[in-house]
This record gives sequence, structure tokens and C-alpha cells, in this order.
Amino acid sequence: MNYSNFILPFSIGALILFVIIIVKFVKWFKLLDRKQKFFIKRNIFTTKTISATIEVFREALIHRNIYKKNPLLGYMHMSLAFGWFLLIVVGKIEASVYSGTFFEEPWLAIFFKYFAREQHNFWGAKFFTFAMDFLLLVVLSGLALAIIKRFRSKILGLKKATKHIVYDKIALSALWLIFPLRLLAESSTAALVQNGGFLTGGLGSLFPQQFAQAIELPLWWAYSISLFVFFVSLPFSRYMHIPTEVALIFLRKWGATEGEQYSGLTNFEINSCSRCGICIDACQLNFSANINNVQSVYFIRDTRYNKISDLVANNCLMCGRCTETCPVGLELTQIRQQLRTKTEVPGKHYYDYCKVEPTKNKTDVIYFAGCMTHLTPSIILAMKNIFSAANEKVWFMDEEQGICCGRPLRQQGFVQQSKDLVSKNTKLISSSGAKLLVSSCPICCKSFKEEYALDIEIMHHSEYIKMLIDEKRIKLNKSELNIVFHDPCELGRGLNIYKQPRQVLSKVGKLINTEFDEENSLCCGGSLANTIIELNSQLKIKNDALQILTKDKPDVLATACPLCKKTFTHSYKGKVMDIAEIVSNFLSLQKNSKKQNNKKEEKILI
Amino acid sequence: MKNKSVIVIGAGVAGIEAASNIAEQGYNVTLIEKTDILGGNLTNYAKLFPNFADADEVKNNLINNLSTKKVDILKNNDITKLFFENDKWHAVNSQNQTYSADAALLTTGFTVFDAKRKEELGYGIYDNVITSLEFESMYKTGKITTKQGNIPKRIAFLNCVGSRDEKVGNHYCSRVCCINAVKQATEFKTLYPESEAYCFYMDIRMAGQFYEELYRKSQEKHNVIYIRGRISEAAATIDNRIQIKTEDTLTGLPLKMTVDLLVLMVGMEASEATSNLSKQNEINGEYGFAKSLGLHGNDNKTTKNGLFLAGTCKRPLNIPEAIADARAAALQITQYLNNLQ
Amino acid sequence: MKNWGFKIAKPRIIDLDTANTKAFEELCEKVPSAKRCIMCGACTATCSVANHTSFNFRKCNIMFRRGQFEGLAEELDKCMLCGKCKLVCPRAVNTRAFIYNMRIFLNDLNYKNIKE
Repeated sequence: MNYSNFILPFSIGALILFVIIIVKFVKWFKLLDRKQKFFIKRNIFTTKTISATIEVFREALIHRNIYKKNPLLGYMHMSLAFGWFLLIVVGKIEASVYSGTFFEEPWLAIFFKYFAREQHNFWGAKFFTFAMDFLLLVVLSGLALAIIKRFRSKILGLKKATKHIVYDKIALSALWLIFPLRLLAESSTAALVQNGGFLTGGLGSLFPQQFAQAIELPLWWAYSISLFVFFVSLPFSRYMHIPTEVALIFLRKWGATEGEQYSGLTNFEINSCSRCGICIDACQLNFSANINNVQSVYFIRDTRYNKISDLVANNCLMCGRCTETCPVGLELTQIRQQLRTKTEVPGKHYYDYCKVEPTKNKTDVIYFAGCMTHLTPSIILAMKNIFSAANEKVWFMDEEQGICCGRPLRQQGFVQQSKDLVSKNTKLISSSGAKLLVSSCPICCKSFKEEYALDIEIMHHSEYIKMLIDEKRIKLNKSELNIVFHDPCELGRGLNIYKQPRQVLSKVGKLINTEFDEENSLCCGGSLANTIIELNSQLKIKNDALQILTKDKPDVLATACPLCKKTFTHSYKGKVMDIAEIVSNFLSLQKNSKKQNNKKEEKILI
Repeated sequence: MKNKSVIVIGAGVAGIEAASNIAEQGYNVTLIEKTDILGGNLTNYAKLFPNFADADEVKNNLINNLSTKKVDILKNNDITKLFFENDKWHAVNSQNQTYSADAALLTTGFTVFDAKRKEELGYGIYDNVITSLEFESMYKTGKITTKQGNIPKRIAFLNCVGSRDEKVGNHYCSRVCCINAVKQATEFKTLYPESEAYCFYMDIRMAGQFYEELYRKSQEKHNVIYIRGRISEAAATIDNRIQIKTEDTLTGLPLKMTVDLLVLMVGMEASEATSNLSKQNEINGEYGFAKSLGLHGNDNKTTKNGLFLAGTCKRPLNIPEAIADARAAALQITQYLNNLQ
Repeated sequence: MKNWGFKIAKPRIIDLDTANTKAFEELCEKVPSAKRCIMCGACTATCSVANHTSFNFRKCNIMFRRGQFEGLAEELDKCMLCGKCKLVCPRAVNTRAFIYNMRIFLNDLNYKNIKE
């Protein structure tokens, strides 16, 4: 029987780890919400499971997403993850072939070289010895890169690396020790019994016999203990992502997504964060305003350790850039919103002072300008113009006394209050019998689409204008104006509406592309979701975004959000116009309006 | 060396600067001062708004510049009469000595409002009610203390004392008290960050470059608290603190509080010489100030040929404005003298 | 006397010797821009809620500063957090953050407890 006391730390550690993971997973699984459980039940026995397994290979092991960011970074993660995975698998096969059974001692594969002290002559021995050494070399190369990343992260494409806490530092140190110790332990044994490969045998041949004799057992102890430390600290550190990410991939493929409340899935997600730090570089608070202790990685970490505080939770523009670049695909923006939720007062109604009666305006189309749009009235005028040009009978719902859509409340975590407003607006909308709701504010659009249970179609006015153009209900004149379009966070990353505004603008002018378009677009900095940020930092973010957008000196900077427009006109002296305004200027009316026909193409009226 | 002469009455900021500039052009200048020091009201100040320039340094620069010019400086001469006779201007002092010249420049300046006239504020009655001028002199010593020698834990500044007030006959705004209050509150909080400073105002008039920024800084950095309300009365408590009553107009509620020191921002009034000498020459304007020939373009001349005005004898001004006015007057005077036979 | 419709306008004197002005100082640690307010009233003028009620944000703001908390929590509950006030403030005070923090302070709200 292959046994020595030193296998105990490893075995005990592995057992503890296994138990803790099972317990946590079961607990989280129980906390999944109904919708998530429903999807899982439906899809677990379909091909989705197979595609999930493939994805585990692609992402969790080979890390394709990280390769796309930076090849060296991707190689580093792959060599550690895939390399270690193969070490275990190939090692297990080697141990099984050697002992002739599948059920050899579980620790044999890990400490194989110590126990298999003769020169191997079992089937494939040479191949296995070479393979194991080769894999160890791969892992060690990844380890070297990881160490370099700690000190010179720029080489691996990361401008800022994550600042780690004590648990992580302990686990990290243990992890970094495991493979060098394995190398030394195997080499020392190889020095004594010549069962090493090109790496371990080569290193072992450098050890004097006395030396190897003395250090062999201590080294194997050290290797086992470092494994123990790593296993036991894993569930409390960032390395919990190793098992959790695998589980998350399966859950995702089966169709589970984040809901509006914290659920078991959120537990899986926040434990899947490997604290790789890629979200820090994407965050504008970091690269424009030098605020680098509130990004998603730190927010998730604080949540995991129950240390969530206002200063971190609320200092986020919720622009979605981190969510776009997260290699694990965590729904960061949604999680942050869930976690801001405040305690509620049961049965309380906050907005009873808004007397809502069924409206007498029966209409097909409602126009909801939004609170912010009332401070940019040129957008409202432009929309009125467009509606009349298209002969659309419209009820301007919030012309006099608007009730906020409720999203700003929800973003701050006042879910109960938000629902109050939602029910009032829903009453108004339903009583009008409308089939389409057009809004000028992307924040409101997102609210209507996701937080209201309305049966009607919701459109942002850029989508609506596109529809009008497609249905030939309005005609536009083309001009030679150079236009740059700024994707608002809520419209672009928030609602995935990238094409329609661009198509509309191409019909009236020449659209110029920037480096930060569509999913990669920059936030203007005016977000309502951030209640902590100081004025200076906000201005820095805005100025950086403006600089990039106006690099090619466009004639017009086009936006689709009143908040973005207000933020940009704070100090930019050039022309900033909403899409509706631009379209309204270039409406070509066939009817008898001599005024419009005399309008020159280049003249822009505000 | 031209042979025309000028008498400049009053050696304050405007008088000194005008005398230097006229003498520079080669004319004979006699600078007459009532007290035995030069500098006028500037000698009372510690730091000047809005950039905390050192008042003594500014004064010394002016005086040093004066000393390099040929100017006849006569101190301890209180001019009581000024008149024009036989083509010359004559200034007569209290000892009946007469000084004559081809032109006369009135730079007799201002005095501060006598806060005793607002009896309900307790100045002169209670220990710890002082004027902004007294605050300035205390600040020069580096400490602000109550009469009993303690550091005030709470200080209140009251704007518009003796200005914008029909009850004392001064309807006008004294222009500099608002910014002065902001400055003094900032100075106080810089000295004693742990104490509280309150400013009671009707308006906060920050009409000058960097004034608004100082106001903003006093709010953000120094936590000065501004309450919109006029203190109607002050009373002393048993332990020599001052209890004040006002309306907090922004809440619409009456407000009271006890402070350790109450500083009254007294306004500018025409000095005795200003009102006397202007009246004698029929150039008296409103409130005892001297009246110029025309605000837009003739602000240094008067209805009397050869009699000129500069500085705060006309209206409340701040120091940069007084200096600029003095230089303008000097130019007007030299042009006048050039045209005389 | 005009009926303002909420409880704060009782004839009462503000006594700054005893009022709790520390609460405002603590809030200023979290929202430093609040120190800049000049009480101009632009926020109240543009407020969405002011269309429906006599809610006056400037008044709530100054009542909080003077330590007059009676009835304040109820008044502040009316705010929809829409953000128009923040957009018009000439002194760039983060009014929205101020209301958010006042609400948390007066109602003693916390993050909903999330256990792993």
C-alpha cells in the first residue's frame, strides 16, 4: 500500500474542500429563484448540457475570452488552469495504468513519483514521464508570468492590477509554492531513484546524493502542506472561482439569468469572480478620474465578505462597461443594482399624492418625454415636429404633470418606492388604450421595457424614427454634415440598440466612426446612478469622453439622451444635438410649406 | 520743473497716490494730512480682500513711492476752510495758516459708521459687541478674543450695519462690507477651525473678481454658515455672551442663538472734512459725500474749476478702485494745469 | 396664514443653542458639495413633485441644516429622485445624493441583509 504520513495534509485538505464546496453549492442552489429553477429543469437533459461542457473547456480552461484581451494574459491563465487540469488528469491515468486499476489510492496520482520509485516500464511509461514533466513546465511558465504580472502588469496588458486582501494573499502564496515545491520534490526523488523526466530528472541530477536524501521527505511534506493551505483557503479566497465558474457555466447554458432580486444565482456569480482585474481597466472612474477602489471586483469582494458600504456600492456610474469586458460574463450591473436594495417598510405607500385617474385621451401612440427631457425642450419641439410630419396622433403623456418612470429610485435601491410609481404610470398608460409608447429618454425606455409589465410596444425615439423612415412616413434630406454619434449607456449597453440611431443619422449626414463606438462607447459621466462622485471627477470623465468624440472635429455631436446632451453642453462650445433635433431639421415636407423648402442644407436651427 | 502747484487734502490711499503721480509730472505738490501718520484708513487693516494682500505692505509701497517724489508733506494740519480767490485755491487749517495753489484735490475720504447709533445691537453697551474695524486690529495681533480674553467658540458677523438703513439715514450700500465679512469669517475660521462662524446677511454681494470664489471657499473649506436674516436685537447674558434674535427668512421661522462675539460690519460714511469742505464749495452730494461733475467721464472734476475729487470722499470704494481713481485725478489735474496761463 | 399643507410650519423658534446641527455636518462628510448651497431655490422651482404637491426641497434642505427634523422624513418620502434638481443647481450641489442620504439618516434605512 502506497502510504506515508505526508499525504495526510493533502488528503484532509482535499476532503475539507470537497465538503465545503458541496455544502455551499447545495445552499445556493436552493436559493435560486423560481424562474431560474424552471429554466434549469427544462434544459438540464438537452444538448445544452453538452454545449456547456464545451464552454467549460473553452472558457474555464483555455480562457478564450482572456486571449482576446491580451494573448500573454490568456496564455498565463490557460497554462495555470489547463496545465494543472491536465496534470491531474494525465497523472490519474498514469497512476491507474501503473497500478493496473482505476481504484488506486486517491493520493497516488499526486505523489506518484515518490511512491513509484523504480524506473518505469509499464505501458506508456516514457510518454507519461515526458508528458508530466512537460505539463509541469507549462504550469511553471504560467506561474512565472503570474509573478511578473504582480510587479509589471503592463507587460500583460493590464494597466492596473487588483489590490488583494489577506485571504487572497495567503491562497496566492500557497498556489505559487505548490508547483515549485512539486518540481523540487520530484527532482529530489529523481536524484535518488532516477525516475524523472527531462525536467525533473535534469534538475535532480544536479543534486548531490546526500543533499537529496536529506531534503526528499521534507520537500514532499512541504508540497502536501502547501496543497492543504491552498485547499483550505480556497473557499474564502478568489480561487473559489475555480469550481464555481464551472457550475455557473452550466447554470447559464440552462437559461438562468439574474432577476430583480438577489438569488442563489447571484451567489454563484459573485463567487465566480476571479478578481482578474480586467474590469478595473475598463472603468472610466479609474482611467479618467483615478478612482480605483470601487470597481466591480472590489464591490463583489465586499459583498462576499458582507462588508458592503455606501462608499463603494454607490460610487458607480452603472454604465455597463465592466459587464461588457468581464471574461466570465458576470452580470455586474444587474448585481450592483440588486445589492443596493434598501430595507422596506411593509405596506407603505409613498406617492399617494399623485392622483391618477383614467385618462380621457384615447390614443394609439403615447409620447413620454421623461423628466430630464423637460430641461432640453428643443428635443420635445423636434419630436412634436416629427409626429406632425408623420401625421401621428399622439398623446403627450407627461406634458404638464409628469410622474417619474421610477428607474432613478430603483437604481438607488428604493425598490418599493419605484414600484409605487410604476403602478401609477401603468394605470395611466393602460387606460389610454395605446399600442405604442415612444420616449425620448433611454433611462425611461429601459424602465418601461424591464420594470413595467406593459403589453404594448416600447420604443426609444430613435427606433421610432427609423420605423417612420422604413415605412416611408417621413422623408429626409441628406446633407454633407460630419456627424459623430455618442451611444448613451442606457440605450446602447442597456438596451442593445446600436444600429437604429446610426442608420437614421446616415440618412441625413456622414457618420464618422470613433475608436469607442457601440459596446465600447464611453459614458458621458452624467449618470444619476452615482451619488458619491465629486464634481471634479465627473468633469474629468466628461472631458475625456468629449476629447475622443470630437477628435476629428465633427460638425455635430449627436446624442440620444437628454442627460448626455446636458452633460456635454456644460463646457463644449461646438454643436451638440439630439437625433430628434437633427432629423427634425432635415425633414423634407412634401406639403405646402414654403419655409421648409427654402431651408439650406447646411443651416442648423436650434 | 513746471511752476504750477497743487494742494492735496488728505493723505489716505487716494491722496498719497495722486500726490506721487502729480509730482512725477514735475508740478509742485503739497500733501496735507490731519493726523500725524500717512495712510488714512488703510493703517487700520490687516489683510485685504479678496486675496489677503498685506495691508501694511500695500501702504508702504504707496508711501515709499511718494518718498521718491518731491512732495511737500504737512502732517497735523486739519483743514477747516477751502475757498477760491484771486485765481488760486486756499486751504486754511485750524491754526489759521493758509496754503495756496493753482488747483486743489479733495481726498478727505470716509469714516466708518458709528455703531452706537444702532443702540439695539448693544455696541458700547455690552462687552462683546465689536465693529469690523476692531476685528481688524485684533487680527493684526494674531488673536481674536472676547473682552474677557477667551477664544470665541462662536462668532457672528452682521452685515449692513449703518448701510441700506433708512433709520440712520443711509440708504446706500457700502459696497465692501459683504466681501469684508466673508474675508473676516474666513480669517477667523483659519485661526480657530474648531469654532463656529455665522454670517447674517440680507444679500451676499460679491461684485468683484474672485469675490464669489472666496465666498464659495468660505462655505466649502471653512464651513462658515450663512443665515439670511437681519439681527434685530442683541442682549447680553450673565456670562457676557451675546444672545441674538433674527428671522431665518429662508425657513420663515424666528431664530435665536448665543454667540461669544458679535461683529458689526459698519458701513462707510463721508468724513467730517469731506462733508464740510464739499458744502463750503457747493459740491456736496447725497449723504455728505462730494459730488463729481459727471459719473460717466467727468468723475474727478467738479462744478468748480480747479477743484478735483478722488477716492472715497465721493462714494464707498475698495482700495484698487481708490488707487485707480487717484491716478485718473492726477491726469485730469495735470491736463488742467497745462492749460492754465 | 396660508396653510402650507405640511406639519413643519408651526409657529416655533429655531434655537441654535440646542438644535442638532451635527447631523448636517455628518451628512456633509458624505456629500461635501452640499456646503456650497446658496439657497437660490432653482431646485424647488424645477422639482417634479412640486407639480403635484407643495413639496419644497429648499425648505427641507434648510430645515435639515437647522436641525428641525419634525415631519421631515415624511416630506422627503415624496421625492421621486428624478434628478432634475441636480441638473439645474448653479453651485453643482449633488442634491440627489443629499436627499438620498437624508432619507437614509431619517428613516434609518440599511442595505437588505444578504447572507451567502
